Amino acid sequence: MAGDTYRIAIVGSGPGGLSAAGHAAKLGVSHVLLERTDHLSDTIYKYQRGKYVMSTPDILPLRSDMPFGAGKRESILDHWNKQTAELKVNVRYNSEVKAIQKKDDGVFHLTCGDGAVITAENVILAIGLQGNLNKLTCPGGDLPLVQYQLDDPEEYEAETIVVIGAGDAGVENAIALSKQNNVVIINREGEFLRVKQGNLTLITNAIDKGVIQCFYNAEPARVEPDAIILNTADGEARVPCNRIIARIGAAAPRKFVESCGIKFPSADRAALPEVSGTYESNVPGMYIIGALGGYPLIKQAMNQGLEVVEYILGNKIAPADEPLLKKKFAGLGDADIEAVIAEVRATIPVFSGLNPLLLRETMLESDVHVLKAGEVVFRRNDYTNSFFTILRGGVAIQLSPTDPNVVVKLPPGAFFGEMGLISGRRRTATVVAASDCVLLETPRRTMLKLVKSIESVRRTLDQTAIMRQVQTHLAPGVSTEALKPLVETAEIKRFKPGELIFAQGDKGDDMHLIRSGSCTVSMRVGGRDIVLSYVPSGNYVGEMALLSDSPRSATIRAANATETVRLQGDAFKALLEREPELKAKVEAKFRQRIMQNEQMTRRPEAGNIIQFLIEQGVGEGTDVLLIDESLCVHCDNCEKACAETHGGISRLKREAGPTFATIHVPTSCRHCEHPHCMSDCPPNAIHRAPDGEVYIDDSCIGCGNCEQNCPYGVIQLAAPPEVKFDIFSWLLFGKGPGPGEEMSYEKKKMAPGEKVDKPKRAVKCDMCKDIAGGASCVRACPTGAAMRVSPEEFMSVALLTK
Amino acid sequence: MQESILVYRDHLYFKVALAAVLAAIAAYVWHTPLGAPNGGTWLGYTLGVAAAGLMVWLAWFGVRKRRYGVGKLKLEDWLSAHVYLGLALAILATLHAGFQFGWNVHTLLYAMMMIVIVSGIVGVYFYIRFPRIVTDNRRGLTTEIMLSQLADLDREIRQLGMTLDDATNAAVLKATQETAISGSLVQQLRGFDPDCATSAAREFVESSESKGHDVARRQLLSRLVRKEELLRRIRRDVQLRCLLRVWLLVHVPVSIACLVGLLVHVVTVFYYW
Repeated sequence: MAGDTYRIAIVGSGPGGLSAAGHAAKLGVSHVLLERTDHLSDTIYKYQRGKYVMSTPDILPLRSDMPFGAGKRESILDHWNKQTAELKVNVRYNSEVKAIQKKDDGVFHLTCGDGAVITAENVILAIGLQGNLNKLTCPGGDLPLVQYQLDDPEEYEAETIVVIGAGDAGVENAIALSKQNNVVIINREGEFLRVKQGNLTLITNAIDKGVIQCFYNAEPARVEPDAIILNTADGEARVPCNRIIARIGAAAPRKFVESCGIKFPSADRAALPEVSGTYESNVPGMYIIGALGGYPLIKQAMNQGLEVVEYILGNKIAPADEPLLKKKFAGLGDADIEAVIAEVRATIPVFSGLNPLLLRETMLESDVHVLKAGEVVFRRNDYTNSFFTILRGGVAIQLSPTDPNVVVKLPPGAFFGEMGLISGRRRTATVVAASDCVLLETPRRTMLKLVKSIESVRRTLDQTAIMRQVQTHLAPGVSTEALKPLVETAEIKRFKPGELIFAQGDKGDDMHLIRSGSCTVSMRVGGRDIVLSYVPSGNYVGEMALLSDSPRSATIRAANATETVRLQGDAFKALLEREPELKAKVEAKFRQRIMQNEQMTRRPEAGNIIQFLIEQGVGEGTDVLLIDESLCVHCDNCEKACAETHGGISRLKREAGPTFATIHVPTSCRHCEHPHCMSDCPPNAIHRAPDGEVYIDDSCIGCGNCEQNCPYGVIQLAAPPEVKFDIFSWLLFGKGPGPGEEMSYEKKKMAPGEKVDKPKRAVKCDMCKDIAGGASCVRACPTGAAMRVSPEEFMSVALLTK
Repeated sequence: MQESILVYRDHLYFKVALAAVLAAIAAYVWHTPLGAPNGGTWLGYTLGVAAAGLMVWLAWFGVRKRRYGVGKLKLEDWLSAHVYLGLALAILATLHAGFQFGWNVHTLLYAMMMIVIVSGIVGVYFYIRFPRIVTDNRRGLTTEIMLSQLADLDREIRQLGMTLDDATNAAVLKATQETAISGSLVQQLRGFDPDCATSAAREFVESSESKGHDVARRQLLSRLVRKEELLRRIRRDVQLRCLLRVWLLVHVPVSIACLVGLLVHVVTVFYYW
């Protein structure tokens, strides 16, 4: 074999390399796939047994001759092995490539570990990063109790295991092991900075609950046969253990890559080699795909594998998402996608800062709407929270709820719908197409990701959003021109839950418009703080000190994660002088507040209830189930009703949860403004319905992220329950489980020890959105103790409680 | 804040029931039958049919309560109406009978009906009075938390007992093993246990002479007192929640008996006509 020169030699049989080899085999191109180990795709082979492998980005189509979809590690490897055999891919196992040299005739010589030399015209480097795991460098790092991977966490039981490394791999291992072992995790930093949101919640919860012990700011000093010695801030600490699992990352095998002649752009340890648009490196004929080229996702790498083979063969191939984008923009006529993307970039400033790949991905996730003049985009008080941009034509925003002729028109390039996105609350205005227009609707999740990661998107968004927020919530009817001097003083402030916004007695020279989250107003009366009111987003605070030219009369704290627009007092006062109508309105509100505060200081217990509700996280909810304990007879009919109307599984635990005075907050979904459960849902199965209900659709894969992310414990994973029969069939013939009963009925027939092995899915309260007549729990309460309230109603709940 | 069933919808169902009762009384006063008023006159039949229909409808509440997610009205509407129309039934049925009572199946039905109604009144009283007392007694804790506190105290008590003399240890061990909380209906309703092993242990420790280990003894005593207090609250909780249900033990079976009695009543009336 060594005598023949292959057209393509592929180094590494990971997703990228395998896909490239598969395509070459299919096309009949002479090729060889060199794999270091005796099996394909070693990185995925070494994943935890049974690990669920994601296929993100979901929207990107797979273009490869190898199959791939989200699923268990085992099934993915199975499919690949089968397909590799079927396509007769020429794999050479146990062939670690030690050196690659380009000879003068342009032919690459690849020297393998066994001394064999393979020659090829082109080389595809698809070696990834995981082949080069970082090892413990401290003394004893080579002892047998140290391992660098975890195959099956259930293999170990009742051991003390030290996990080193605070990245995703370390955290995932630690959590999986903690089910039946005593786990200690070592974090070099003071917190977990490098992990996915879902893993962060998991690990912090586990540490808080004492399930996992964590050493922060600690590093291994040395390893002994039955313990590890750590260097911590307080000196050395000895942790006896049975096993050490080090997950301290991987780096580009730089030495090897450089020895092939490939240059790195910087000396940074994390730096990756640069490649051209056709994945070619600075060495002609040598291509780099996958994680080493900067694309760590499986699907990306597989697509690149196919593309790179086409490029080597001299074919120009359009990106994999081209047909999808064509379909998406079909409404524009037979448009050239390159041109449309260019138009988006040129027209819409929010998106112009995105790199080509990201812009295409964003477009793929967005919807294109072609509307006729007069068509409604969305209505006031809808609970949708997507983000719209105008590509062509224009829209009119109806500012007044009563008069549809009071409008603001937006031109191409402008965006709207950002208020719902930011505050997580209902739409504040109805928007209609002013002329025939083309709109792009980008989903909340995509937009939040962009705002979080791309500075230019956030900047562009904020500038316009501040003006609109001021116009909507503070000064309706005042022109943009007139507001300009005020808005120019504005800045966005972020507050953590419980953080002080300003304190009673402070000098007041600014005011805050709450744009997301909410706050509490409290006052010191008789030496203690009394909560006077709860202020949800869309309201302003701090104007009282400005209007009366006196120090702050009350303390304002963020009730949950809150963003405010801080406006300067002088500019605001100047605005009021210019706008007498606005001044009258603000003063009316000022008087109303003074009265309300006066009323509340005489009813401190009502303030305590507000405080209690906010401590329970009710403040970030949009619709919360509360139980009036002065009426509740503990009949649990609410729970039974919930179970009965949701196929046997109650999403509500009445008794669990705290009580204050006579208000009880049962364990039940609050339908948060910014739902924690939505933050890390791989299939994007959690949505908010137009009426505000947060619900999970049938695409749930049962991964449990939402269950972990919910701070209120209201999501559970459950298998579909048994069939229920009519009440009379149960009463007279004993069929099925009775009303409100668990589904234990069918289980009687099973052999002892047998388990129901049905796939579990996440279930939570959906506010009975599919049932006419409202939430079953409230309707089934015989004494009227159960109620659903929104934060705006707290004041009345609190005031009326006796 | 929320409305109780008695004032629900501004006393709507009270007004409906009151109107029905007043109409029935007016008709009864105005009506001059041949002989004494009885169920056989046209008014008697009218009232009888109304009362019978009402009885069946009132019993239907048991079914409606278990039908979830259906119907236009909330269950609170049904209960509020159930209460007031149930009270009205007492008057309608009495007028239907024309105040004639005897030793027969008809009066038996009347008696059973009155038992159901009276038990219902007791139930309403319990529903109005006890929820707040349950809440106050629990002080924000759930049953589960109270029981886990109890288990924690027991563990501490056992540990302290082991450091003390045998007699004390035995009493303490008995307290942790033989303290009963719930039990039979009577025990639940009593709300306390006259033979409480924990109280006995506390008294024993209080009265027994100190034989050294004063610190452990004091600690043990304070744990026992705390446990007694916790037990008192748990037993009170059990008692209150039992009271919230116990009236149903009369209300439900007797109302089913009433339905049977109604059938017998109607059949015999027509059979012996």
